[in-house]
Amino acid sequence: MQQQISTSAIDKVIVADKLTKKFGNFTAVDHISFEVKRGEIFGFLGANGAGKTTAMRMLCGLSIPTGGTGLVAGFDISKDSEQVKKHIGYMSQKFSLYDDLKVWENIELFGGIYGMKEHEIKAKTDKLMHLLHFEKERDKLVGELPLGFKQKLAFSVSIFHTPQVVFLDEPTGGVDPITRRQFWELIYDATARGITVFVTTHYMDEAEYCNRVSIMVDGKIEALDTPKKLKEQFGASSMDEVFHQLARKAKRIDS
Amino acid sequence: MIKYLLKKEFKQLVRNPFVPRMLAGFPLMVLLILPWAASYEIKNLNLSVVDNDHSTYSRKLTEKVISSGYFRLTNESPNFQQALESIEKNESDIILEIPPHFEEDLNTGQKTKVLIAPNAVNGMKGGIGMTYLANIVTNFNADILPSLMSAGTTSAVAIPQIEVNSSFRFNPHLNYRVYMVPALIVLILTLLCGFLPGVSIVMEKEIGTMEQINVSPVPKGAFILAKLIPFWIIGFLILTVGEIIAWAVYGLVPAGHYYTLYFFAAIYIVVVSGLGLVISNYAQTMQQAIFIVFFFMLIFIMLSGLYTPIESMPEWAKWIAAFNPLKHFMVVMRSVFLKGSGIFDLYKEMLALLGFAVFFNSWAIMSYRKKN
Repeated sequence: MQQQISTSAIDKVIVADKLTKKFGNFTAVDHISFEVKRGEIFGFLGANGAGKTTAMRMLCGLSIPTGGTGLVAGFDISKDSEQVKKHIGYMSQKFSLYDDLKVWENIELFGGIYGMKEHEIKAKTDKLMHLLHFEKERDKLVGELPLGFKQKLAFSVSIFHTPQVVFLDEPTGGVDPITRRQFWELIYDATARGITVFVTTHYMDEAEYCNRVSIMVDGKIEALDTPKKLKEQFGASSMDEVFHQLARKAKRIDS
Repeated sequence: MIKYLLKKEFKQLVRNPFVPRMLAGFPLMVLLILPWAASYEIKNLNLSVVDNDHSTYSRKLTEKVISSGYFRLTNESPNFQQALESIEKNESDIILEIPPHFEEDLNTGQKTKVLIAPNAVNGMKGGIGMTYLANIVTNFNADILPSLMSAGTTSAVAIPQIEVNSSFRFNPHLNYRVYMVPALIVLILTLLCGFLPGVSIVMEKEIGTMEQINVSPVPKGAFILAKLIPFWIIGFLILTVGEIIAWAVYGLVPAGHYYTLYFFAAIYIVVVSGLGLVISNYAQTMQQAIFIVFFFMLIFIMLSGLYTPIESMPEWAKWIAAFNPLKHFMVVMRSVFLKGSGIFDLYKEMLALLGFAVFFNSWAIMSYRKKN
């Protein structure tokens, strides 16, 4: 089994095997196992409190698993979490760029942190500003930007160093439909460049955009497949219905 | 990598609407205003005189007391009871009662006693007032002695004279500003270099940027160092400004070497910034951080010897003070400024401060977690 994981790790960017996190008596994440292929958009769904964020934090090396193993970009998340961090991008629920730094300064900071060269940062910043139509905002403080701009910028910063996989935790919360659409265009651009996307969301139309979707209920993965197959399996016409059928089983109180 | 983090810290520091003003305003306020206000010198004590003699000598004594400049005659009472009432009404702080037959007794060479009764609600004020007044009475005694002797009414043998001469070493004029300024510099360094970087880390936790840093490959040492370096630089700047103010405003030049000051300041800044980091690791919110800082500052200041000497504290309090880095650095600053001590004279303080530096910084590194 162990052998299998390491040989197949090249095309599997994330391998979770019975990954578990307990807080005292409470099992937030309960023996979840799944694999994410390179270049895939993997939707990680679940009601509030189902354990999505905890699972994601473990995969990012922010939280130590209490059981099971996880490989991200070929590195063990328990033993080599610092190595994992070099090869991933992360965009949290909470906006977390520096409000008191300018747009280009935030990009420079995070590029520098991931060990990019100065000229590389400069050239790539110019390209990015052009792509996002951000030329005018380049010298603005990030705190002065509207939310939609901020989210697009945060995503662009999280993949600026071309990680193998980027983790997005409800990236489009509170964003208008037009910006959400633009945001998903950026996500598709990223996968075209070979970046794997691991995304949590509460918008079921977004779930339809994913290559494969997993649905977590009470810390366990209850369903995992392409949106099309899931709909067939549950005899549903939309992902929304699939989600409702599964989420109804949840016993945990919404947190 | 640290280059980018340092750039970030400096930019944020300059753009912060509050911190640069505090960095400039706080030391200036403290050093320019406090030494003039916070002084132990007791002046303008309200004096109540009960003169039961109404003689030339009793009037001379009263005049002498008033002309000393420390006392203001605010009450003259016919008896002690009424004088006491004036203290109760807060009209006077100290009573001088001159007994009946004061002049007659002096002229006939008999012993006579004046009564001094201070209001000790403020113990220090009362105590110092009494000492002043007793000194003046003793001087008065010495003044009238020759005239009595030349009048032939008494013999020199009958009144033995003991003169006490005291001089204060290292601060001959007991100038409190000389004493306060070095201590205030310590206070400023503690607050600005110790607690500001800690608070700035907690702020990143609160905003959420800390998580973005934790999920990146930034080594924790680099992140912390980038937080500390700007404040270390500021610490040295403030020390320099403090020395300039001490010289320009108070005419106070360290009796020792400047490099001794910088040497100890370097160790001390590492100590307090380590402590600030420990706090930042345990506090989740700004509110918690500020309360912990307040708690430490209060204990540090009260048990530092800034206002009350450590030597006169109870044994247990001395033990607590021994674990107070502020106290050790205050000893250093005062010794270098007033006594001219060198590094080797202060080896005990040096060892203590080095110990604190290692202790707090190891604790800070061990309690810092990039993950949970």
